[in-house]
Amino acid sequence: MSHRLAAFALAAVLLAGCAGQPASTQTPASETAGPTESKTLTVISHESFVISDEDKAKFEEQTGYSVTYSALGDAGTVVSQLVLTKDNPLGDVVFGVDNTFAGKALEEGVFSTYNTQALSADVLGKYALQGAEAGQLTPIDYGEVCLNADDTWFADKKLAIPQTLDDLLKPEYKGLLVVSSPATSSPGLAFLFTTRAAKGDAYLDYWKALKDNGLKVVSGWEDAYNVEFSAVGGGNYPLVLSYNTSPASTVKDGKATTSTLTQTCFQQTEYAGVLKGAQNEVGAQKFIDFLLSEGYQSTIPDSMWMFPVNPSAKVPEDWEKYAAKIDKPWTLPVDQTAEFREQWIKEWTETVVG
Amino acid sequence: MSSQVPSPASGPGRTAIFVPPTPPQCPQQQVSARTTNRPRFRGIDFPPLVWVCVAAIPLAFLVLFFAWPVISLVGRGFFDDGQFSMDGVAQVVASGRTWRIVGQTLSQSLVGTLLAVLLGIPGAYVLYRMDFPGRKLLRALVSVPFVLPSVVVGVAFSSLISENGWLGFLGLKETFAAVVAALVFFNYSLVVRQVGVLWARLDDRQAQAALTLGASPMRVLFTVTLPALLPAIASAASLTFLFCASAFGVVLVLGGISYGTIETEIYYQTAQSLNLPVAAALSILQLVIVSICLLISNRARTRSELALKLNPAAPSVRRGRKGTVFQSPPGDDPKLRSWQRRRRASSPVYSSGWKSLSVALTAISTLLVGLPLTSLLYRSLQTKEGLGIGNYLALMSKPKALTVSVWEATRNSLTTASAAAAIALALGFLVCFVLSRNPRSKATRLALSFLDSAFMLPLGVSAVTVGFGFLITLNRPPVDLRGSWLLIPIAQAMVALPLVVRTLLPTWRGIDPRLRQAAATLGAGPGRILCTVDLPLVARAFGLAVGLSFATSLGEFGATTFLARPDAPTLPVAIYRLSSRPGVENLGMAMAASVLLAVLTALVMAAAEALSGEKSRI
Repeated sequence: MSHRLAAFALAAVLLAGCAGQPASTQTPASETAGPTESKTLTVISHESFVISDEDKAKFEEQTGYSVTYSALGDAGTVVSQLVLTKDNPLGDVVFGVDNTFAGKALEEGVFSTYNTQALSADVLGKYALQGAEAGQLTPIDYGEVCLNADDTWFADKKLAIPQTLDDLLKPEYKGLLVVSSPATSSPGLAFLFTTRAAKGDAYLDYWKALKDNGLKVVSGWEDAYNVEFSAVGGGNYPLVLSYNTSPASTVKDGKATTSTLTQTCFQQTEYAGVLKGAQNEVGAQKFIDFLLSEGYQSTIPDSMWMFPVNPSAKVPEDWEKYAAKIDKPWTLPVDQTAEFREQWIKEWTETVVG
Repeated sequence: MSSQVPSPASGPGRTAIFVPPTPPQCPQQQVSARTTNRPRFRGIDFPPLVWVCVAAIPLAFLVLFFAWPVISLVGRGFFDDGQFSMDGVAQVVASGRTWRIVGQTLSQSLVGTLLAVLLGIPGAYVLYRMDFPGRKLLRALVSVPFVLPSVVVGVAFSSLISENGWLGFLGLKETFAAVVAALVFFNYSLVVRQVGVLWARLDDRQAQAALTLGASPMRVLFTVTLPALLPAIASAASLTFLFCASAFGVVLVLGGISYGTIETEIYYQTAQSLNLPVAAALSILQLVIVSICLLISNRARTRSELALKLNPAAPSVRRGRKGTVFQSPPGDDPKLRSWQRRRRASSPVYSSGWKSLSVALTAISTLLVGLPLTSLLYRSLQTKEGLGIGNYLALMSKPKALTVSVWEATRNSLTTASAAAAIALALGFLVCFVLSRNPRSKATRLALSFLDSAFMLPLGVSAVTVGFGFLITLNRPPVDLRGSWLLIPIAQAMVALPLVVRTLLPTWRGIDPRLRQAAATLGAGPGRILCTVDLPLVARAFGLAVGLSFATSLGEFGATTFLARPDAPTLPVAIYRLSSRPGVENLGMAMAASVLLAVLTALVMAAAEALSGEKSRI
């Protein structure tokens, strides 16, 4: 019966042949002068991107495009996929590249330049990426990754809430802080950057001291905030890594039960960009302008839990009241985060995880 | 049963004494003694070309939606700017961390599998061989964890074992034990089902014969019953091992940060760092481990099937009695059915010691499965205003974190899962059709065994590798599926397919070849044999396969998260998005939606049970 085996093998070879073909007959993207345009537009985003049906309909009506939305995982995953497919981009425009991951995408030349006129250069300049070529990425929203405190817990224990990074090393705060890992969570990475920005090369010593003072590290924000944090998850840790807007979600009887440690914040800004090699560059640009419009920007706080960059957009009352304004967040130049991100995470893992 | 047949347990087979009253036997008696020589009848099989064509369809699917994407991505890791390079491999092999991770992956999977099998076998006995009220409900309940998204299981488990949880005093948080407990929680029902379905149809007469010949009940259990169940045990164990080895979300949440597996490392190196050379080397390592696992389980299965063949075991006789070819099934006679039930209930084959042990172990397992589910239910009822159904009411509205209401997400899930189940079943049917044959030539057998393992691989390969592979392969003509709705059911079907195969195949392979031979001698062609012998017998397992594949796609999260469109999230994606937003309301809704998913799953499994249940008990 060996002819049966041969037939199997033949079938397999034929299949493999068919399958392999498309890769070899790929056509290089045609180089055309001027921005491209087509009837369809594909929007790439991270999984947390939210746009309402009304806004979708509005944009399609304004432009006449038929729009496909495609979510590709978390922010880090989106950037990896953009880099991987830069020769044949997955779409025309991307939303959700943040300043902690932008470096890699910029290095690989994933975006084409677009200088929007939708907002003034002053406003845009405030959120521009440090150390990046202008017009590659347009800021859409921002938030602050900060430590949060369970006010009730500290009041019950008659303990002052810590203020600075150094306060956290004091013995009275031993065993109170839970953060998520920079290797597996984006707030975790932002907090690693905070310590790097604040402590420079000595950041590992700071983490060592934190660890000696009973630091708890979990893998994701969900676990830290929803499980370990005393105010929300009923856990044992009254200090947690979260956002400056989180207290607005803990309002009870007109008062937030948690607060933000304003000196521990790292600004996270989310950007949109036109993808190089897009089929519809004009549409991509229009979409970025739409994201900056007052109407869409006003939906951002409720749907994505971030602040809109457009100053005329509405922000919920709760936020005005309970989300602490951060005047001086910690920042790092984007070329540094791109170059050293991997190395820092590795060093951090060796130091804290062991 | 013919008296020339040797019985394995006790020498001379004078087993005919204890055959209970049975309807007239089919003509298989004449051929049974010669089964080991397996005379082949002209026209009993389809011509080879038919087999090749049938095999080609699922194979093409596997190549297009699995092999090609994975090979392309792994290939990129080895070709840096057109230059072949082994840097990634060198880096991975030289790193001490790699071997620690491999060790963790292996020990977690081995211990997880071992425990799931040790608890699952008594569970299968209790849930499929004992009669008690609420048995069906319990069967449906224990199958819920298997299809819950790992995010939900993670939160349910960690709230249970965190310092303030109900089991906080055990200090399990971030321990090896916690991860293993969660893996057993996930896979317990898999073993129970796979083994239980076969056990339910196992004829006790052989065991009874052994008993009359003086073997102790325990000896009978270990030398007659369990060996007869070995194909299902091996199959369940290999599936469980693959699931344990590729567990991702649960390891991340429960293992804490210091606990890494090959799967989590591949995810990190691919999705977060895009370090393709290292990811590729790790993927190869994962593939090697998975292949070794498949090889071992294949051998175990073949050996046990061989044993069954040498000893025409009881099931075949019973299936003969069922006599679908020649007579109306006796099972339809209510009197006979109730007699069989009584006979089973009073079956002396199992010692009371084994029964109490099984019941005790099943009670413990039910507790292990029930506690996190109860904790989930409890958390879904926690609102700002105390306990209540507020979270469930909120599901009706459109949450701000999503573009659709949870109900719409549920509808998306149901549509996608229907499509995925249809694909998985159609392909699984074809695969099993080919694999169920017992060719004589060694080469063909080898080819079949290769085919068998090939369809198991999607379970053992990282979802991120497949997902990223899709991106670089299915993105240009002629297969441009970017943004296509179809990608999600296809990806889910690849995950459900191995389950369908492992569910249908043991039953299909268990069909006594003598039935086909008998049909052939009576003049039935291969098509007729397929329709009148194979299909009616396989139909019993089909209901379960439908349920499993549907429920698997309902809960699939890994691949879906790369492919789901933001305007059409599935229920697990919606749950994940809700749980990753701050706010008691969002968490509460995530928990309520998880309970909804759990209930849906239980309903699907209960329906599958009802479809196939009664029949499979006869």
